[in-house]
Amino acid sequence: MDFSILLTDIPTLLVVILGVPAALMGYIMLSEFVVRRLPDKNRPQVRPWLWVGPALFLVAAFLLFPMIGTIVQSFEDNKGSFVGLQNFGDQLGSYPGGSWIAIRNNLIFWLIFYTLFVLAFGLLLAVLFDRVPYESTVKSLIFMPMAISSVALGVIWKFMYWYQPSGEVQTGTLNALVSLLHHDPVAWLQDQWPGDLALLNNLALITAATWGITGFSMVILSAALKGIPGDLLEAARVDGAGEITIFRRVIFPLMMPTIVVVGTTLVIFALKAFDVVYVMTNGLYNSDVLALRMYNLLYLSRNNASASAVAVILLIAVIPVLIFNLRQFRAVEARR
Amino acid sequence: MSVTTAGRRESTAATYSLPWFSQQISHYAVHIVVIGLTVIWMIPTVGLLVSSFRPFSAIASTGWWTAISPPYNFTLQNYSDMLSQSNLGTAIFNSFMVAVPATIIPVTIAAFAAYAFSWMNFPGRNWIFLALVGLLAVPLQLTFIPVTTFFVHAGWTTENLEATGIPGLPWLPLWLAHAGYGMPFSIYLLSNFFRALPSDLFESAEIDGAGTLTTFFRLVLPLSVPALASLVIFQFLWVWNDLLVALIYVGGAPEVAPLTVNLANLTNSLGQGYQLLTAAAFFSMIVPLVVFLSLQRYFVRGILAGSVKG
Repeated sequence: MDFSILLTDIPTLLVVILGVPAALMGYIMLSEFVVRRLPDKNRPQVRPWLWVGPALFLVAAFLLFPMIGTIVQSFEDNKGSFVGLQNFGDQLGSYPGGSWIAIRNNLIFWLIFYTLFVLAFGLLLAVLFDRVPYESTVKSLIFMPMAISSVALGVIWKFMYWYQPSGEVQTGTLNALVSLLHHDPVAWLQDQWPGDLALLNNLALITAATWGITGFSMVILSAALKGIPGDLLEAARVDGAGEITIFRRVIFPLMMPTIVVVGTTLVIFALKAFDVVYVMTNGLYNSDVLALRMYNLLYLSRNNASASAVAVILLIAVIPVLIFNLRQFRAVEARR
Repeated sequence: MSVTTAGRRESTAATYSLPWFSQQISHYAVHIVVIGLTVIWMIPTVGLLVSSFRPFSAIASTGWWTAISPPYNFTLQNYSDMLSQSNLGTAIFNSFMVAVPATIIPVTIAAFAAYAFSWMNFPGRNWIFLALVGLLAVPLQLTFIPVTTFFVHAGWTTENLEATGIPGLPWLPLWLAHAGYGMPFSIYLLSNFFRALPSDLFESAEIDGAGTLTTFFRLVLPLSVPALASLVIFQFLWVWNDLLVALIYVGGAPEVAPLTVNLANLTNSLGQGYQLLTAAAFFSMIVPLVVFLSLQRYFVRGILAGSVKG
């Protein structure tokens, strides 16, 4: 490897590291300079827009207008003429062709199992770790996968799921365990058990993704758990409630609002799933998801019209969560 | 007298011995379950780490767990092969070139905006903020086609930008895209923090004649270091670990593409050469793990601030 590139390009890095903040500081100072030249009564009208301006510009340029553009394009063919719902018809017209496999995987497998697994593991670990003195150490270890990229996560789990035909030495961790139990090795990422429903390989992908994100739900749920007043638990114990009853009747209901907030975040993650699938199966063996399908339509098929339609399907799937988030936000605002 | 005392003591022992015993068991059971789960959780990572130091012949013929007992057979061959083969120097440099400005730009701009949302009045303020909360959930997939089309039409392609010779310019599209995508969350997180600052502070600053800039740089920013730190870590890790956005905008340009794209290509192209992949995957984790381990406190705090609202 040629490390000399690092030496020759370090000046570039320095120019950027110094230049970018300088440009940003320059902007805000220039803005204030201009505002101070204005008459007193105009200042409060102009100033806020200069402070939010760059942010609104970026949001409009990279989120809002492109979003509208994609929605418009989903009703046009690749030459730009209006075709009504034809793109959606291509994606949804023939079950189980088009986008249906990806929709099923996102809206049933990922949405249900990913969300449930992550919440269940997060809650279990939060409750268990609360009872040991070395809590912060074990928490860090569980949390660590959060810091690494999904690409690295995909590589790690490819090795867990490594498969050799029956009779050969199994070098993958899971298949070695399976062989130990005198069972034939399983092709975790290809096996579409049961039948061709492809539950098994999708669950394998979901497990890998769950492993990566459980630290996130554990940390939040653990904070909520610690927010429950000790007196309350003490009172329940004095009344003779067992630990399991206390969990079911006191802890769980009190944590419910937090579980819902974490759950909605996880639903969004489940619908946006991309990296893990891209690295581990590339959507083969009926493991496709909407985000990956959109990417492949865009870059392999160069079919912008269909890709837009898939993106809009993804948006429609997210809208209930979006509305829930807005309601939640307004409820919190109202309490402020 | 003595008989009754003895009797009472006996009955006390009888009522307490069984719960005491089961308490001991459950006490140890908790430790066993906690440590067991943690060990299971670490197996995937440990397996890959061990594999990355094993020679190819050993990886292909035996499982990684056989390597942790003698005879030991470890090597750095995979790391040196990987470093010589896969253009890694460029990719690492590119990752920094993408991640550092794509962190500085959105955090700074979001801080300006969050200050305005929290402590200035302007028409439509609450509605714009509500729109930002809505945009938090919008999938980035909805933006890729128009933004790519725009970059191509505007001539902001990697070749054109490189031809200008201005340092950093080839990465500008990625910086701006990451800044735009990170903006709703950044503004949301910082506004929550800025709004919680006591209003007396701002009143006394105004009485003392401090201008908007002074208040922002001398008062708001220093008081918000914890929130800024967690946002910086978040955004940095998000960009450093991002694959999708990089694939879309610079996937075909290895001279500017970051490490994740490089690693994903390696996954797809090497096929059987997977011993190099082990080393490459670990290499890509070094920076995020260093950031995470040294600044874990802020990272966790940021997660809590971002999710548990109010």
